[in-house]
This record gives sequence, structure tokens and C-alpha cells, in this order.
Amino acid sequence: MLKSTTALTVTRLLAFGAMGLTLASGAMAADYDKGASDDEIKFGTIVPLSGPASAYGSTGTCIAAYFDMVNDKGGINGRKVTVSVQDDGYNPAKMLEQARRLVEREGVLFIAGNIGTPTNSAIHRYMNQRKVPHLFLTTGASKWDDPENYPWTMPYIPSYAAEGRIYAKYIKENMPDAKIGILYQNDDFGRDYMDAFIDQLGDESMVVSAVSYDTSAATVDSQMSTLKESGADVFFNVASPKFAAQAIRRAGEIGWDATQFLVSVSNAKSAVLEPAGLDHSTGIISTQYLKEPTNPAYAEDADVQAWQAFKADYFPKASDGNWWDWSCYSTAYTIEHVLTQAGDELTRENLMKVASNLEGFEAPMLLPGITVNTAADDFAPIEAMSLMKFDGDNWALFGDVIAVD
Amino acid sequence: MTMESTDMTQSLSAARNRKVSLPLARLGYGAAALALLAATGVLEGYELFLASSILSYAIAAMGLNVLMGYNGQISLGHGAFFAIGAYAAAICIDRFAVPFALTPVIAGVVGMGAGWLIGKPALRLEGVYLALATFGLAIATPTVLRSDLFAEWTGGVQGLFLLINPAPEWAGLDLDQSIYLAVVGYFLLFAFLTLRLVRGLNGKAWIATRDNPIAARAMGFDVTRAKTRAFVFSVLACSVGGALQAVAVQFVAPDSFPFFLSISLFTAVVVGGLCSPLVGPLLGAVFIVMVPNVTEEIWQGGSWAVYGGVIIVIMAIQPRGLAGMLGWVKDKLTTHTNR
Repeated sequence: MLKSTTALTVTRLLAFGAMGLTLASGAMAADYDKGASDDEIKFGTIVPLSGPASAYGSTGTCIAAYFDMVNDKGGINGRKVTVSVQDDGYNPAKMLEQARRLVEREGVLFIAGNIGTPTNSAIHRYMNQRKVPHLFLTTGASKWDDPENYPWTMPYIPSYAAEGRIYAKYIKENMPDAKIGILYQNDDFGRDYMDAFIDQLGDESMVVSAVSYDTSAATVDSQMSTLKESGADVFFNVASPKFAAQAIRRAGEIGWDATQFLVSVSNAKSAVLEPAGLDHSTGIISTQYLKEPTNPAYAEDADVQAWQAFKADYFPKASDGNWWDWSCYSTAYTIEHVLTQAGDELTRENLMKVASNLEGFEAPMLLPGITVNTAADDFAPIEAMSLMKFDGDNWALFGDVIAVD
Repeated sequence: MTMESTDMTQSLSAARNRKVSLPLARLGYGAAALALLAATGVLEGYELFLASSILSYAIAAMGLNVLMGYNGQISLGHGAFFAIGAYAAAICIDRFAVPFALTPVIAGVVGMGAGWLIGKPALRLEGVYLALATFGLAIATPTVLRSDLFAEWTGGVQGLFLLINPAPEWAGLDLDQSIYLAVVGYFLLFAFLTLRLVRGLNGKAWIATRDNPIAARAMGFDVTRAKTRAFVFSVLACSVGGALQAVAVQFVAPDSFPFFLSISLFTAVVVGGLCSPLVGPLLGAVFIVMVPNVTEEIWQGGSWAVYGGVIIVIMAIQPRGLAGMLGWVKDKLTTHTNR
């Protein structure tokens, strides 16, 4: 028994040793960092393919599928793109293991398109210590925009804080006497929205009641009763999809007639408004920065048609109702753009330089008037959104695109 | 349960082995320990991290194996103690700048305290009832860690980053090597402790209590004390394992300790092989860390279906798990050469 352990360890050592040799012998040309060569660019993406958040895992499939399409069209500057999609199960410890595997063993040039705040937090420092680009994350926490301390990390989607400020601005301008009731998820996501919202409001007394729920809760019925009894006439719904739907339905059932504001994370019609009841949902105000493919207003839109074609040919698993299934298309397009712009200088440093120098870049699926803008001191690519109201059938945009910083 | 019959063969072959080759066994242990230490210089970066991770889980599994294999109690909640150990270490480093190599000691003390508090009432429960009680603990843990009550210490939902300093410069070790060496140190310590315990009087008390508590009592064993000791040792190992894992990852957050972790530890012990004090937990830890990566290669998105299938196959072929398979292969080989 013991001999076998030793034997096992020895084989493992040999295997690792051999691997080290292969890595060392693959010497690199001048303009390439590990993961790039004359005929290949290799990068990784880590998403929850299993576990509680596995619904979001399709973004990984989407990014890989997108680059299948790119490769079929001839690749980027003659190079084939290989995407290594890994599963973190939405567990921060697993995320670090996968990131280290990608960077140290598989030798990817960069990591992009990861989902999740707690998981990306676990590799925030690692990626920056290793100086490996950690790009275009699908998470709205405001901490990702910190080029001074973390010059290798950049998010993609607008921050929750920026969105919270938009609602606060709107309420102050249009309903200055509002009495606001807030339902929020008891975590980073909920608090990012709340803190920015109250900060922008400037007057905390406008909030007459703020109640939280845990993601492990079964329902939010009692929270909704508390909010109704507080006498609030504005309802700010800072909940993830399942709970947002429950809250909207409950508000309708108990006859709480408030003006409702709903965070963009949860404004998918098929996943939230339909289960909540379209009659209960009429009049809800939310924000959007993406074109929703199911909205008839975009039926003829070139971006949406391109996405539909992509979906049909490469990404049949995509659902029209999940925003991340079309926002990832936008992310992948932006990754392709950065790689194309980097040309033959495929170094990690140059990638960050290109990524942090996007000016008015028109990524697909973004609403008209919204573009990707970054700078050396601004790592927040999308900082504008548009308000919209649900008319009982569809979301209808109103007012101008609102920029936030 | 099947454990009784399995243990018969196990102890038989163990006895045979011990008579034949005690010095040889010592030599084997020594060589294995040296190989683990030598790996510091051979492996690098990611492999060292992976090895640290596996050994931390192996420490936890060794403890849990004492509870489940030798003492016959089932726990589905030891992930909670793993989390307590991890957070104890994290808070020590974050708040008090304790050198990382010492944090497992503190984590062990904290974990044992918690284990004793919970073990006292819980151990009055038997079999499935204890399993459910500990399972409740595992379910509650992430929520407690997430709550505002302790957020000032635990960092709440955001978790805590651990700033870990490598060994002093004259040692010539980088961060991954320093962490790995500390993990190996604790692993060897627990390997020694576990062997001493299960081969000594405690081990006999545990096995007797498991096989027939009434007879054990009649023979003068203090059944309650034996059970409490097994429980406390398992908790100690799990919290030390958790502390080392936190050090290796350099980050703790509630999402790192879902109740599924408890099931993983359970899997490591059973798949590795109940009643195999060292090799079983080690193989089990390799299994829970490495196999999900392999199954993911086989069928992306459906990796857990493959993982589950592999577990079923292992249990169907050899209920004594991977260690049992190794033993079986070895028996075949030795009988062959004897002829």
C-alpha cells in the first residue's frame, strides 16, 4: 500500500517535470506573450457551468461559439482563436484553481468574460500580481473600475451603482415628494445599488422603509407587507430575477399601488414579468443598455438579426429571455475588436493598452447612443443607460440616454 | 452494515503486513514523507497550489474517516468545521497579523471548541439523526457567514483577502513553496496522529463502539467518551484542513463553503476507502479535487452527471473505495509471487 503511494508520487513528479520541460522548450517570439503565436491566440473564460448559478454558464458557451464563428471566417489577423471554458461552480476557491490552471498550466494569453462578483474577487489580486489581463467581466460591482490599484482588471457591464444613481436622479426630478420603500438582496449586489441610490438621493428621509431578504429565503411576502404598511408610494425593487418576480406579483395581490422601479438585472420579460403577471407589471420603470431581441421594436435591427443568425448557426442553446445570452455576444465582439487592434503585438501589456483606449466603440446589441469608452484612468466601458417603462406588452424606452460617471 | 465485514479483511491483512514488514513499513512512510517534501523543489506554481489544496482536503478527510470509518458515525456537516477553521485562520491573519503557518493551530483550537459545544448534544443522536443534525449545521453556515451580525469580523458577503508573506528570504522559498511546506508539515503531523490514535487504545474503543456499543460498554469502554473523542478529532482535522485551504487560496467568502462542500468531504472519505487511515483520505482528496476537472473535459456542462456515475461505479466495484482497490491489486500481486 505504501509502495504504491510512493510510486504514485514519483509518477506524478515525473509527469510534472516533463510538463515543465515542454513549457520551457516552447520559446517565445519577440512580440508574443505566453498564449499567442504566429497561428494561435489562446484565452480562457471561467463561468459557473454547475452549481447554484449554472444558468449563467451559457455565457461561456456563447463566447466559445462566437470565436468558432470568427475562426470559420478566417480567424484574427490570420490567427486561430482557442477559447478554454472552465467551470467554477460559483465557488471562489474553485475559481482561483481554474484561473491558475489556465494561466500557469494551459498558458492562456488572458482571461475574459468571467461571471460573478464573489468568484472574480477571489482572483482579483492573483491576476494583477501575475499581470495577466482579466477583462470584460460580467459583474456590476463598482470595485472593478480601479485602474490605479488593479490595472489588469476591467469589467464590461454598467455598474450597479451607476444604475442606482439613475433611478435616484429620476425620482428627485420627477417625484420630489416621493416616499420610497426598498426591497434589496442582502449581499454585494443589493448594497451596491442601495448605497449609490441613497447617496444620489442626498436626502435619506425620502426612504421610509428598506427591507432585505436572503437568497436562501422561500418568499418575500412578509417584506412586501412591511413595505406596503410603511405608506411608501414608490417601490424600488433591488432583487434578483426570482425574487423580483415574487415581489411584483405580491405587490399586485395585496393591492399596493406604488410606482415601481426595477433593477435591470431582473427586467427580462420572459423570466420575470411573465411569471409575475403582465397586468401586475404594467407601468414598471427600469433601465436598459442592450437591445432586447424579443422586443418587436428591434425586429428589423441589424444587430439583432446578426445575433439571431449567430444563435441559429453557432449558439442554439441561447434563450431569448436571458439577457446574458445576448450581452455575451457584445462582450465577445469587443474581445475580438481588442485582439484585432492589438495586431501582431500580442503581449499582455499591449492588450491592456488597447482595451483601455476604446473611444466611442460601437459594440453590437448596445442601444443607439450608447458606446464603449475607456481610458487609462477609466475602466468602466459602459456608462450610459436609458430609462424605459413597461406598457403591458413590451418595454418602451423614454427620455434620453443618461450618462453616469 | 458492510463496514464490519470489510474491516475483518482489512485488519487481517494489516496484521499480516505488520508482522512481516514493520521496518519496511517505517521505511515506506519515511520515503513517502521525503517525497512530499522533495516535491517543493520539483513542482511549481499551480501544481504546488493544487498539491496544497489536495493535502488540506486530505487532512480533513483523515479526521472524518476516523469518525465515519472507525467510529461508524455519519456526518454530512463537516464542511461547517472546515469553514470555521478557514475563517479562524483568515481573521487571525487579517486582524492580528498572525504568521500563516501558525494559524492552523489557532483554527484547530477554535474548531475544537465549536466541535465540543455541538458534539455534546449532537452525539446523543445516532446514525441518520446525527447525519441530519450535522447537515443542518452545514446548511446554516454560509448564511451565518453572510449575515451582518459578524460582518465586521468575517467581511460579510465580500469575504476577506489574506495577505500572506512567504518564508524569510534566506530560506529561498517563494510563496507557493512556503505554503506547500507548511501544509506538508501539518499533513505529516496528522498522518502520525491518526495512525497513533487508530492503532492505540482509542482505535480499539472506536471500533468496539461502532461494532457493538453494548458489548463495548460491558468491556469497560466509555462509549460516550469514545464517540466524543472521535468527533472532536474529526472536527480538529477539518478545521486545520480548512485553515490551510484558506491560506492556499488567500481568500475566504461564504460562497467558498456551500453545503456541497460537506458532501464532497463525505465523498472523499467513502470513495477513498473507509478504515484506510492514510491512503484512503489521500486518494479521496485527489478524487474530489481532480476528478471534477477530468469529467468536465469529458462532458462540459454535464460534468456532475459523469462525476456521479464514476462514484456509483467505484462503489459498485469496491465498497472499500480506492484504497480497497489498491489493496486488492496488491494482494493479487503478492499471492501471485508467493506461488
